[in-house]
Amino acid sequence: MIVSINNVSKRFGKHEVLRDINLEIQNGEIFGLLGPSGAGKTTLVRQLVGLELPSEGENHLFGQKMPSLKLIEKIGYMAQSDALYTELSAKENLEFFASLFGLNGAQRKKRILEVMELVDLSEHLNKLVTNYSGGMKRRLSLAAALLHEPELLILDEPTVGIDPVLRQSIWAGFYDLKAKGKTLIVTTHVMDEAEKCDRLGLIRDGRLIAVGTPDELKTRTGSSSVEEAFLAYGGVQHEN
Amino acid sequence: MRIKALVIRIIRQFLRDKRTLAMMLVAPLLILTMLHLVFNGDNYIPKVGLVDAPDAVIEKLDLDDAKITEYDSLRSAKADATAQEIDGYLVFDGPMPDHIVLEGSDPSVNGAVMKWIQQATKSLLPAQGQMELSVDYLHGSKDMGQFDYFGPVLLGFFAFFFVFIISGISFLRERTSGTLEKLLSSPLRKWEIVIGYVLGFGIFTMLQATLIAWYAIYILGMLMEGSFIYVLLITLMLSMTALTLGTLLSAFANNEFQMIQFIPIIIVPQFFFSGLINLDTISDWLSWLGPITPLYYAAEALRDIMVRGYGWDAIYGNMLMLAGFSAVFIVLNILALRKHRAV
Repeated sequence: MIVSINNVSKRFGKHEVLRDINLEIQNGEIFGLLGPSGAGKTTLVRQLVGLELPSEGENHLFGQKMPSLKLIEKIGYMAQSDALYTELSAKENLEFFASLFGLNGAQRKKRILEVMELVDLSEHLNKLVTNYSGGMKRRLSLAAALLHEPELLILDEPTVGIDPVLRQSIWAGFYDLKAKGKTLIVTTHVMDEAEKCDRLGLIRDGRLIAVGTPDELKTRTGSSSVEEAFLAYGGVQHEN
Repeated sequence: MRIKALVIRIIRQFLRDKRTLAMMLVAPLLILTMLHLVFNGDNYIPKVGLVDAPDAVIEKLDLDDAKITEYDSLRSAKADATAQEIDGYLVFDGPMPDHIVLEGSDPSVNGAVMKWIQQATKSLLPAQGQMELSVDYLHGSKDMGQFDYFGPVLLGFFAFFFVFIISGISFLRERTSGTLEKLLSSPLRKWEIVIGYVLGFGIFTMLQATLIAWYAIYILGMLMEGSFIYVLLITLMLSMTALTLGTLLSAFANNEFQMIQFIPIIIVPQFFFSGLINLDTISDWLSWLGPITPLYYAAEALRDIMVRGYGWDAIYGNMLMLAGFSAVFIVLNILALRKHRAV
């Protein structure tokens, strides 16, 4: 078990964003957090990266309590907004981020070429990020998160603004990473993307309303798609 | 080295953004030139010493509109003038005024003292009309212009202003664009971020300080009695406080516009208390603000060097204060980053 979230709640003032979340994520799986925007997905993953603290409860990664600087090196995080320096070229951005993780010289060069290959941006390496399209920026952000070969990848809406063909190839990349034994946590509000995850956590109004493989969720609710399953769980919530 | 990576990145960004670089380097020169061309003098209540003045004579003098101190030795009068306790003194030889000595570093004060002495001594020699007294200056000379006295303050002020705005907005953009979070989701320590910024911006700050000081002194011909190196040192130290204060306050702004709103609150008041307006003419209930502003110390030190020609002994106290401001702001910067990451 690589991630363990125990009784985590989060409040901003009086507003409760997360309520009593309990979740365990296994080594080597692709775990999807599915829910509408504003459900609390981003708040939850930001806690896992150490950018936010729970109001109650604890998050443990690799068996240690977050936040911890030692653990940060094992995590690759891609935020919802593209955190890139638009005045710089893609290469200069990646050189900078790689150096933060202690990558230098030939090793750094090699990794930059590898990740740019993975996100299919190799021919745009020396282009300024200002001249990148939205989808290209998204892919460059992903490349930046992969640079230091983290054990655990936490990706907040990684495929927003990326066309279906490219989305396929990026998911193929995710499966490659999984095959190498990496663990991925992906947030999404796109239902068909949820089908591609090994397991799913459904989040609504700060509550984790169901956890299971896409098939389990569908079977339990007698639905034919994840979308129907989500609605079925959400409906139960409303009746309470 | 992570700090090195940060420094290299900042340099690269700067070189790409030619306009910001130009604003930092050229705008201060432009404004200094304009002020150089427009500045004019003003009024002030002088502090005058009377040396060896007989009581009978003092009674005859018109002592209104000045703060008078009486001395019985030249030495104590000169000591007070050097310490800027008085602006100048009138030396008597028997019942007659003999000569005038002025502290001399502020031309508007010199003017006020001279004017007052003329008025006050009129009654002594009504028949002979205008009296010619010789005038000595502790600092400066009668050729010193208004700009020579204000110059050092302006030099410091514009260095401060532009570094504050540019560093503040850069750090703000790092916050709003999400790149600060990206940095904080890497093993980069919080202090490394702050020091990286100080060093990365420090390079351009140094360039700016050198350019402004060189331009003001050698092109505009600002009065320069002391050493160029000291001017550079003080300007650089002041810019450091501007840099660290700018990045600190960016934590309390949500966008560029809010950063600009700090100008009337943080920048403009410093201008008033930097000695540009004589501190004695500011109400007591406001004048305490002076000593808590960095520009106050920098202006004093710059004037000591450029107008009075003093050296290290006179400026090191002010320099320590500036270093202290920077150190405090750096620590507060690191603490402010805790908002984004607790460890």
